[in-house]
Amino acid sequence: MTDKSLTIGSTVALPKPELDLLMADLRKNGFQTVGPHLQDESIVYTKIDGLKDLPRGILSEQNPASYRMIQTGKDRYFDFIPGGQSWKQFLFPPRHTLFTAVKDGKWLLKENDEPTPRYALIGVRACELAAIHIQDRVFLREDFSDPIYRLRREGLFILAVNCLDPDATCFCVSMGTGPRLAAGFDLCVTELDEVFLVEVGSELGRSLLADRTYDLPSAFVQNTANQALERAAESMVRTMDTSDLPGLLTGQLEAERWTEVGKRCLSCANCTLVCPTCFCWDATDQVDILGKSTRRERVWDSCFNPHYSYVVGGNTRPNIRSRYRQWLTHKLGAWKGQFDVLGCVGCGRCITWCPAGIDLTEEVAAIRAEVKA
Amino acid sequence: MTLTPKTNPKPKVAVYKFSSCDGCQLSILNLEDELLDLASAVDIAYFLEATRTVKPGPYDVGIVEGSVTTPHEAERIKEVRAECKFLVSLGTCATAGGIQALRNFARADEYARAVYAHPEFLQYLETSTPISAHIPVDLEIWGCPVNKGTVVEVLAALLQNRRPNFPPSPVCLECKRRGVVCVVVALGIPCLGPAVHGGCGALCPANGRGCYGCFGPSSAGNFSALIASMMPHDRYPNETANLLRSFSSHAPAFRAAADAALKAASGREAK
Repeated sequence: MTDKSLTIGSTVALPKPELDLLMADLRKNGFQTVGPHLQDESIVYTKIDGLKDLPRGILSEQNPASYRMIQTGKDRYFDFIPGGQSWKQFLFPPRHTLFTAVKDGKWLLKENDEPTPRYALIGVRACELAAIHIQDRVFLREDFSDPIYRLRREGLFILAVNCLDPDATCFCVSMGTGPRLAAGFDLCVTELDEVFLVEVGSELGRSLLADRTYDLPSAFVQNTANQALERAAESMVRTMDTSDLPGLLTGQLEAERWTEVGKRCLSCANCTLVCPTCFCWDATDQVDILGKSTRRERVWDSCFNPHYSYVVGGNTRPNIRSRYRQWLTHKLGAWKGQFDVLGCVGCGRCITWCPAGIDLTEEVAAIRAEVKA
Repeated sequence: MTLTPKTNPKPKVAVYKFSSCDGCQLSILNLEDELLDLASAVDIAYFLEATRTVKPGPYDVGIVEGSVTTPHEAERIKEVRAECKFLVSLGTCATAGGIQALRNFARADEYARAVYAHPEFLQYLETSTPISAHIPVDLEIWGCPVNKGTVVEVLAALLQNRRPNFPPSPVCLECKRRGVVCVVVALGIPCLGPAVHGGCGALCPANGRGCYGCFGPSSAGNFSALIASMMPHDRYPNETANLLRSFSSHAPAFRAAADAALKAASGREAK
C-alpha cells in the first residue's frame, strides 16, 4: 500500500525484502551503503550490497576479553550485538592523507582533494548514535570544525536499529543512551520475525520509504515490538552508577586502585581504538629518500601510547598507571567539562575487546568503594 | 649522525652479513621503487649480496644483518665497527639473535650432532647473540624480515639529518587502524601484539594468527600483564612461553617474560 499520509514520526510495517530495495535506492542516490558483515568470526562494518551481506541468524556472546559468534539459524538480520569496529571509522577515518608536498625549487603543497564519500550507515544502535552525537561535539565546534569529519557527517544517512537482545558487556541503560532510539536518525528499524517496523525520522527517510511497499502496523505487531524493547532494557545485567560522576574520578587521582589496574593494563590502546567516542590522532610525515616529496597523514592514535604524551624533556604520563588514569578520568570526568556530556555511551566495547578483560564499570565501583572505606 | 651534502656529497654505505638467512638484505634489494633514488643518494660501497665490486672503507654507514654465532664472527664484527662511522643492525638476527638463538635455551653441541655427520669440523659459539652484545650499535631496525618502509625511513632520516619516525606503539594500534579483528578476543589465539613494537603493519593478526614478536618488545610493554592475559588462551602447554621464545627470544624483556610464564605454568601443575 502507498500511504500518502506518511510523515516524520510515522511507523510502518515493511516486508523484509523491501529493505533490500530501499538500500538499492540509497545507492542510486549516491550513497555507499555500509553496515554489519560477518568476517573473521566477528562483526565488522564494511561496504554492503544488500540484505545478503548482513549477518543473518547471528548472535554474539560477549564477556570481558571474549567475543564469540553463535549461529541461531533464525531468519533475522540484526540480532547480533556490534563487534569491535564502530561507525567512527567512516566519519573519522583511521588513516587520512592531509596533503602531499613536492620540492621543485620551493615546496609546493597539494591538499588532499579526493571526493568525500557519502555514507548510508545501515544498522546504527542507540548507543552508537549517542556516540556519533558525542563526536559531533568534539569535531563540530563553534570555533572550529574538522573538515574531514564535517563533510562526511553532513552527507550522512542513518538507518538505525533498536536493540532487542543486549549482551553481557552492554550497559547503555545506565548511561541513558539505549537500547531504544529516540531521535537523530533518518529511519529506525525494529526487527520482528516476520517484518521490520520502520519509523520515519527525516524527510529523506520519508521519501525513500514512500517508494516502497508497506503496511500500517497492526496493534499486535506494535505491542510485540514494545514488549521486546522493554524486555531488552530489563535484561541488561551490567550497570554503572553515574550519580557521582564526573567528580568521583577527578577527585581521586591518588586512589590505590590506579596502581592496581596499572599492573593489569597492557597499555595496548585497544580500549581507545574500539571506543566510538575516543578521538586522539597523530600526524605523521612520510618523506622520500631524496627529501623532495612528502605525504602528511592523520592516523588514529591513543593516550595509551607512550609517545602520545612525550614532550621536550620527557613524558607527562610516564607509566601505565598514569595513562589508564588519564583515560578514565577524561572519559568519565573531564569530558563533562570539556563537551558537557560524559564520554561513555555504555556500548561495552572496551570491556569485550580489552585482551586483559579490564572492565571500567568495575574500576569505577572499586574507586567508589575506596572513597567510602 | 650528519651526512651533510657539503662535506660528503655521497655517503658511503656498506651492508654486511653475519649468521642469517639474507632475507633482510633482500628487503633492501626489494626496494624497487626507491632503489634508483637510493643509488643516486648514496655510494653503495660494499654489498656482496648486490655486487662483487668492493670499495675500501671507511664507510659512513654500516648496515649489519645477522647474529654472532662463530668465533670468527665475534672478531669480524669488531673490524666492522672500526670501519663504520654509524652502525645499524638490520633485522631480528642482528637485534635479538634471531631464530638461531633457540640454541641459547639448549645445548648447541646436541643440535650440531643431530644435524651434521661430522660436527667436529664445525666452529661455533654456544650462543647466538645480537650485534649489540659485541659492539656499540647506533640504531636497531627490528623485524623478521624488516619492513621495507622502515628501511627507507631510516635511510631517509640519516640523509636528512633527522630522527627516524618509528614510534614505540604496539602492534594492536596497527591492527585497529587496519580494521583487523582481534585474534585474542574473537578467536582465543595467544598474541604478543599488545607488548610488541609495531612496524610490521599487523601482518600476522591480519592473516588470522597471533603475533610472535619478531619486531621485538615494545619499550612500553607490560609483560606480566601480557602473560597473565595470554596464558589462559594457550592451545597447547606453554604456547605463550614458546611465542616469547621464538624469533626475538634473546631480547631481555622476552627472556624474562618466558621464564615467568614457564614458572607460572609449573606452579599451576604442582598444584
